[in-house]
Amino acid sequence: MAVLLIILLPLVGIFLPLVLERYGRLAATLGAGIPTLVAFGLLMSVGPSVLAGEVLVLSKPWVPALGLSVGLRVDGLGFLFALLILGIGLLVIQYAYYYLSEEDPIGRFFSYLLLFMGAMLGVVLSENVLLMALFWEVTSLSSFLLIGYWSEKAAARQGARMALTITGLGGLSLFAGLVILGQIVGSYELTEILASGELIVGHDWYLPMLILVLVGAFTKSAQFPFHFWLPNAMTAPTPVSAYLHSATMVKAGVFLLARLHPALSGGDAWFYLVGGVGIATMCFAAYVAFFRHDLKGLLAYSTISHLGLITALFGFGTAGAAVVGVFHIMNHAAFKASLFMTAGIIDHETGSRDIRVLGNLRKVMPYTMVLALLGSAAMAGIPFFNGFLSKELFLKETLTLSMLAEMPWLVPVIATAGAVFSMAYSVRLVHGVFFEQGRGETPKVGHDPSVGMLLPVAVLVAICVVVGVVPDWSAGPLLAAASQSVVGAELPSYSLSLWHGFTMELLMSGIAIVGGIFVYTQRARLYTLAERIWPALTGKAVFEKTVELVASAATRLTGMLENGSLQRYLMLLVVMAVAAGALPFIQYGFVTGPQELTPANPVAIAVWALLIVATLATAITHHRRITAIICLSVVGLIISIIFVYLSAPDLALTQLSVEVVTILLLLLALFVLPEAAPVEGSRLRKLRDVGLATLGGLGMGAISWAVMTRPQDSISDFYLEHATYPVGGGTNVVNVTLVDFRGFDTFGEVAVLILAAFGIYTMLRYTHHTFVEGVPRTADDRYPVVLVSASRPLLALILLMAFFIFLRGHYLPGGGFIGGLVASVALILQYLASGIDWANERMRMNFRFVAVVGLLIATLAGSMALLMDLPFLTMTLLDVDIPLLGQSDFVMTLLFDLGICLAVVGSTMTILSELSHMQEDAEPFDKAARAEESDPWKP
Amino acid sequence: MEALIASAIAVLGGSGIYLVLRERTFSVILGLALLAIAVNLFLLSMGRVAPGQAPVIEEGLELAAYVDPLPQAVVLTAIVIGFAMMAFVVVLSISTHFVTGTDHVDGGVDGGVDGGVDGGEDTQ
Repeated sequence: MAVLLIILLPLVGIFLPLVLERYGRLAATLGAGIPTLVAFGLLMSVGPSVLAGEVLVLSKPWVPALGLSVGLRVDGLGFLFALLILGIGLLVIQYAYYYLSEEDPIGRFFSYLLLFMGAMLGVVLSENVLLMALFWEVTSLSSFLLIGYWSEKAAARQGARMALTITGLGGLSLFAGLVILGQIVGSYELTEILASGELIVGHDWYLPMLILVLVGAFTKSAQFPFHFWLPNAMTAPTPVSAYLHSATMVKAGVFLLARLHPALSGGDAWFYLVGGVGIATMCFAAYVAFFRHDLKGLLAYSTISHLGLITALFGFGTAGAAVVGVFHIMNHAAFKASLFMTAGIIDHETGSRDIRVLGNLRKVMPYTMVLALLGSAAMAGIPFFNGFLSKELFLKETLTLSMLAEMPWLVPVIATAGAVFSMAYSVRLVHGVFFEQGRGETPKVGHDPSVGMLLPVAVLVAICVVVGVVPDWSAGPLLAAASQSVVGAELPSYSLSLWHGFTMELLMSGIAIVGGIFVYTQRARLYTLAERIWPALTGKAVFEKTVELVASAATRLTGMLENGSLQRYLMLLVVMAVAAGALPFIQYGFVTGPQELTPANPVAIAVWALLIVATLATAITHHRRITAIICLSVVGLIISIIFVYLSAPDLALTQLSVEVVTILLLLLALFVLPEAAPVEGSRLRKLRDVGLATLGGLGMGAISWAVMTRPQDSISDFYLEHATYPVGGGTNVVNVTLVDFRGFDTFGEVAVLILAAFGIYTMLRYTHHTFVEGVPRTADDRYPVVLVSASRPLLALILLMAFFIFLRGHYLPGGGFIGGLVASVALILQYLASGIDWANERMRMNFRFVAVVGLLIATLAGSMALLMDLPFLTMTLLDVDIPLLGQSDFVMTLLFDLGICLAVVGSTMTILSELSHMQEDAEPFDKAARAEESDPWKP
Repeated sequence: MEALIASAIAVLGGSGIYLVLRERTFSVILGLALLAIAVNLFLLSMGRVAPGQAPVIEEGLELAAYVDPLPQAVVLTAIVIGFAMMAFVVVLSISTHFVTGTDHVDGGVDGGVDGGVDGGEDTQ
């Protein structure tokens, strides 16, 4: 549990600084510091067992179907990283308190920082690789937020976007790689993955998987050619640069290399990809760093270079090199974080970061100078500092590469060249800032900052010196434990001592130091040269060009698909649907099933012929709209006859009543819409649509044919068996299904119906019914006498019939839906026959209210079950007879059905009566007003 | 019978698709109505052709003597919902007609009112 808390504390703590901000900056800082400190304490409590070689694994399933679990793992490597994250995190929090100005929203800063801290701890302590990928993404996001912290600066926003794009894409790639890895191994747990090295390296998918994972690692750790986001991320506040962009987040990439080292290393591909990219980045970035005039820019490229060195070490693939890689991770975190903080102090106190402007600060900032000097010495690899030890071990590893037997000199030469520039820029950092005379005036006259700001730097520098002088005593146990999780239980022999005798690597170190100083003395000439021949091709430019290209391609594609024509969209939709439907036909072919066919009788054939004619007539006469509506009504009526034939009496009744209201609806619509449509569209266009329609229709027919000719295997036997007893208590299985088995579906669908009615109500009430030529104010036709006199007595009869249909629904065809529709027809008939005014006078009813009451009754009927701890809409509650009505479950279903019925009546009547109202409200067409309204030149 | 029903579904669906692709809102509404009918019939046909076997329980009949009730229940609600959606589309087209002055699907072809795409797809 302690392990889980280590991650959760910072994540939960993100609210503390925000809340405490109002009590002052110190309170907000404490709000960030206390969760970190407690987490640090918890980490320390597991320290002894981890250092003793124990691996703590905690695993709880989360989404087992995806292989995702909340799996945590503390081994040496994870412990080392957690120590860096929390230890340097504490120092950075203290430093940030002094660094940020009064105006900066400090609470937001610390909560972002804690978010990052928790996510980063998640990355290094995850046992499940999917979980790790999740945390990985969160580190990218929090890095984005922190780089863009000063969001008023354009450069900060650009840098943040670039970092997010690059690391985000890398994160996606990593995720794909990890999924493949999980598929190869059959598990996403690290324990399994680390034990399956041979299986993975020998697998067919090894190379694609490796490349995907490496893209993730290289983007995060800013390896060439993805390195350029890191210098651009230097627009972040310096505590962020020190923390995320040198000590921890950029180390996530090399952490991944270390973490998966046992599983992925060993092949040629690993050596050339990881080793090659690492060594190239190391040398290239050291060279570029020397030419940076911005302090943070120099340190950023130096960070890239050192990350390249670590990457190269893991890429060499040997156990010895991996140990050195782990060692350099520790050392680099210490000295680079200290140097970033120093750079921040200089920036903070003098107002400038430009090495050409800065100068002679040794007199005004003596303490800062001492710390910078010591940190730079560690970075340059001077003896008695930690950087020297790991760099010398690195040089030694370059000499023993078995892979490049034909060119044994290649890697050592590149490495030495990189080391020369590393020395040169380190000298420049100290000499250029503190000793040389600056070329300009800094905005402020510098002075040493307060002790509180210097203290975090001092702590880190002290670590550099202690490790440099007594490495075995100080860093030995931690290094051994961390290395063990990278290379396995058997550690290779290595010696962490200052003096190994006169060796080749000592000579190389010497060349680097002397050569670096020489390069620095030639700086003036080199800068002039560089200004002339520096390549115009920069990562930033390439990135921006690519983004621009992608964006414009996306815009073009969008414009092509989304041209504003709804017709086009509908056409594309149909094309996609037809294509998707055709795919299985092409893939599996079309076979008629073995089921015996039902013979067709002459009546059926006649009805069928009528249906086909009516359907085609609807399509053909759609320009003459009244005719089309009549044809459509014929189709609807025949369909209800077909429903009868297909043993679906309930459907036939529903279809019949819906048909009536539908036709009424369409006729009402024609009151407003033109009665005839112009013939338009090219012949080609028509041909295309006929083609599409034929394909679509044939597809639908073919699928239903294929299904109908195959024997059925249905889940419905359950419903048939249980409809009467013990569940439904009725004999009409369709109705029992609606009100009982699938009551929740019905409930939802009635809600949709009501929503539609309300949508129609608002649409008609709140659009201005003006500006349409040809819409008459009221119909001038007289109400037909026969209809008027017939409809009035019929009302009572139809309503009675509706009630009857509603009541008998549970046992015989009928029910709430049908009863409601029939009742609506009866009511609407009055509107038709005698006019709206006449009907409204006699029916003072708000139908929206009826609909809502219906839904409430249905809800009530359903909720009864909740009182008895049964699921919503359970109808069989008590086995009690209620006088006059019968069984209690019958009463319940009847209540529910009543709700449905009322909702249907309410909705249908709302829809139809609103449509008829509209014509009353419509104002006569006013040509002048419309012209004014639509005049594009109107101011 | 199966062939009759399948061909009916084909003709209904095809006509529906054709109408949905027309230029005027009213034709699209007619098309939707036909498509809805086609789909309902299609859904019902999943319960196979079984005349005279209505799913109303009678004493002493085997389960095999009833047609599958589940597609029927699904289609019943589908009919009602289909009506609601159709009413909504009808009102939408009426409102559009009021606002744009035309009943063209893309708005503003013969009306020449603001907004709308010039000439719809054909002129693109």
